[in-house]
Amino acid sequence: MSQNQALRLHVPEPTGRPGHETDFSYLHLSRAGEVRRPPVNALPSDTGDLAYTLVRVLDDDGLALGPWAPQVDAQLLQRGLRAMMKTRIYDARMLIAQRQKKISFYMQCLGEEAIATAQALALQPGDMCFPTYRQQGLLLARDDVDMVEMICQLMSNERDPMKGRQLPVMYSYKRAGFFTISGNLATQFIQAVGWAMASAIKGDTKIASAWIGDGATAEADFHTALTFAHVYRAPVILNVVNNQWAISTFQAIAGGEATTFAARGVGCGIASLRVDGNDFLAVYAASQWAAERARSNLGPTLIEWVSYRVGAHSTSDDPSRYRPADDAARFPLGDPIARLKAHLMRLGAWSEQEHDATQKELEAQVGAALKEAERYGSLAAGHMASAAAMFDDVYKDMPAHLRQQREQLLKLSSCK
Amino acid sequence: MQMTMIQALRSAMDVMLARDGNVVVFGQDVGYFGGVFRCTEGLQAKYGSSRVFDAPISEGGIVGAAVGMAAYGLRPVVEIQFADYFYPASDQIVSEAARLRYRSAGDFTAPMTIRMPCGGGIFGGQTHSQSPEALFTHVCGIRTVMPSNPYDAKGLLIACIENDDPVIFLEPKRLYNGPFDGHHDQPVVPWSQHRLGEVPEGHYSVPLESAAVFRPGADLTVLTYGTMVFVSEAAANESGIDAEIIDLRSLWPLDLPTLVASVKKTGRCVVVHEATRSSGFGAELTALVQEHCFYHLEAPIERVTGWDTPYPHAQEWAYFPGPARVAAAFKRAMEA
Repeated sequence: MSQNQALRLHVPEPTGRPGHETDFSYLHLSRAGEVRRPPVNALPSDTGDLAYTLVRVLDDDGLALGPWAPQVDAQLLQRGLRAMMKTRIYDARMLIAQRQKKISFYMQCLGEEAIATAQALALQPGDMCFPTYRQQGLLLARDDVDMVEMICQLMSNERDPMKGRQLPVMYSYKRAGFFTISGNLATQFIQAVGWAMASAIKGDTKIASAWIGDGATAEADFHTALTFAHVYRAPVILNVVNNQWAISTFQAIAGGEATTFAARGVGCGIASLRVDGNDFLAVYAASQWAAERARSNLGPTLIEWVSYRVGAHSTSDDPSRYRPADDAARFPLGDPIARLKAHLMRLGAWSEQEHDATQKELEAQVGAALKEAERYGSLAAGHMASAAAMFDDVYKDMPAHLRQQREQLLKLSSCK
Repeated sequence: MQMTMIQALRSAMDVMLARDGNVVVFGQDVGYFGGVFRCTEGLQAKYGSSRVFDAPISEGGIVGAAVGMAAYGLRPVVEIQFADYFYPASDQIVSEAARLRYRSAGDFTAPMTIRMPCGGGIFGGQTHSQSPEALFTHVCGIRTVMPSNPYDAKGLLIACIENDDPVIFLEPKRLYNGPFDGHHDQPVVPWSQHRLGEVPEGHYSVPLESAAVFRPGADLTVLTYGTMVFVSEAAANESGIDAEIIDLRSLWPLDLPTLVASVKKTGRCVVVHEATRSSGFGAELTALVQEHCFYHLEAPIERVTGWDTPYPHAQEWAYFPGPARVAAAFKRAMEA
């Protein structure tokens, strides 16, 4: 008989389940302004404390505090607020469109709007983002991306730039620095590093921005990305959006219990920050810091954005089955739009009237875009890319077997 | 000049590194050391470590980074040390490289080449002998290519690097230093004594989707590639059966007209590959011949392949489809 106690398998559980409140003390928050801002040439090993604390700028009263408060004018913040509002309104409208069966599927980024929009504004033209399916803010923050075209993608209609080949939300906008989204999680994280290595190989000045969620950090490509980024000092920002949930699994089951995702970066020799993802100013400042490091040949930065996935994982998900219904309201970092709005109002650079007017204007803009996109058809109503287009772009030039298969299909269609 | 397959492959990379500033070469031990098979020897010294460099031991990382580089506009030529070790990169190959052009409707592309030494006959055991080509030919969006000699190796590799589709370039390591006909008890003849060891120094290419009639014949058609080209040749010579040996070179997409023309001429077909039998690439070849040559066939299509087992170490020559097994299939096809 063994002298030892029987071993027990540890399976992490969230404190909150339907009917039980979440205890958010696991987040280990810092106060606004409390965390230091090192020089951009800080050694990765000197960022250890930053991986376990939380960079925050905006306090509960909407004041910008501490060394991370970015030197930006109110105009840029208004632009950011507008981009966040646009993203939220777009999401809400597309969610309805999905319920109305105008589109087959949708994924919101409700509550996470600050992260993608602020980083989009901190990047430069020519930089390439490698997003997941929840960074629509990268596109909606830009004025040069046509919302109608985005909705055409959602509708898989005849103006869908992806020709109906991709699920809704799997956008691709090379000209806007937005890499083609894949359904396979984490694959883009290492690809971003490769893109950044290419920029360095060619002596370019462009940088890459990689995106991954908390759950997907468990994928092998998360590790390969960190290793390659570190080994080759690739000019890349490695963004980990920790929204606490991967569909139904709490971030602890991804490996977040009693540690942080930022700490992984330090362990791999990458300068790392853990940042309030609902604080637009902090997101902008940290993104700028990381972008400057990358652009100055100082290497990669990993940033864990602490946020909360307020909405359902997707239109196919019902979060009330695995987490408390009022969880988002209790999340201690609040709402990114409300917080930036309060700050701008404190600066005297925003008002309830302006907010309402902007809300209405954006609602009208999104509504009009949806209406226009609907004119080009939808999956439900037909008018999609031709079936023959299904065979294009598998290869650069269509091989004989695909030409033959296309002919077979066309013959079949002409019989009908 | 005379080159081994190793030298021919190195020459192809040398030529392309010199011609196209977007070509980069990397993988495990590929840089300073010049590769465990010497295929990249001297390239880092010649082109610098930003063009030719060592990579961490991470197949998923190597291929994933190459996809990102290709999306940027480079033309990466990466190496997986043994084909047996590509599996960690499966997701990047199947879900990403192969689909980038399609899913983005041409917005992003992946012009990249993944070199993998493959095949057995070297006492490589389970993880240094596999022939995983069927796992690639089943993936739409990639090309799978395998040379059988130095001339084709260089010309095909240049064609693959220049091609805008992602390519899996399988190199039969048994053929690196000389042709091998399966007679393991006989001394190996070096490429310097073979007509196909004569390789031009400069740029040339062998077109993709084009098979070669390696040995013309009238009795039956052999559809094969890699090391089995030479095994089939030995089987033909030893059995006295006038086999027409087709070296596919491009496995998929392939050169169907050349295959069909040969089988329609001979009326008999034997498919030969090292890879395991069930759902191997031979099944696709057999199906294609059946579809396109049914009324010309005078016998059932034979398949000579590796057994449906992992590649063993001690039982190497009982596993490897040598000339005796291939010749027996020739006889069956002739007698049917």
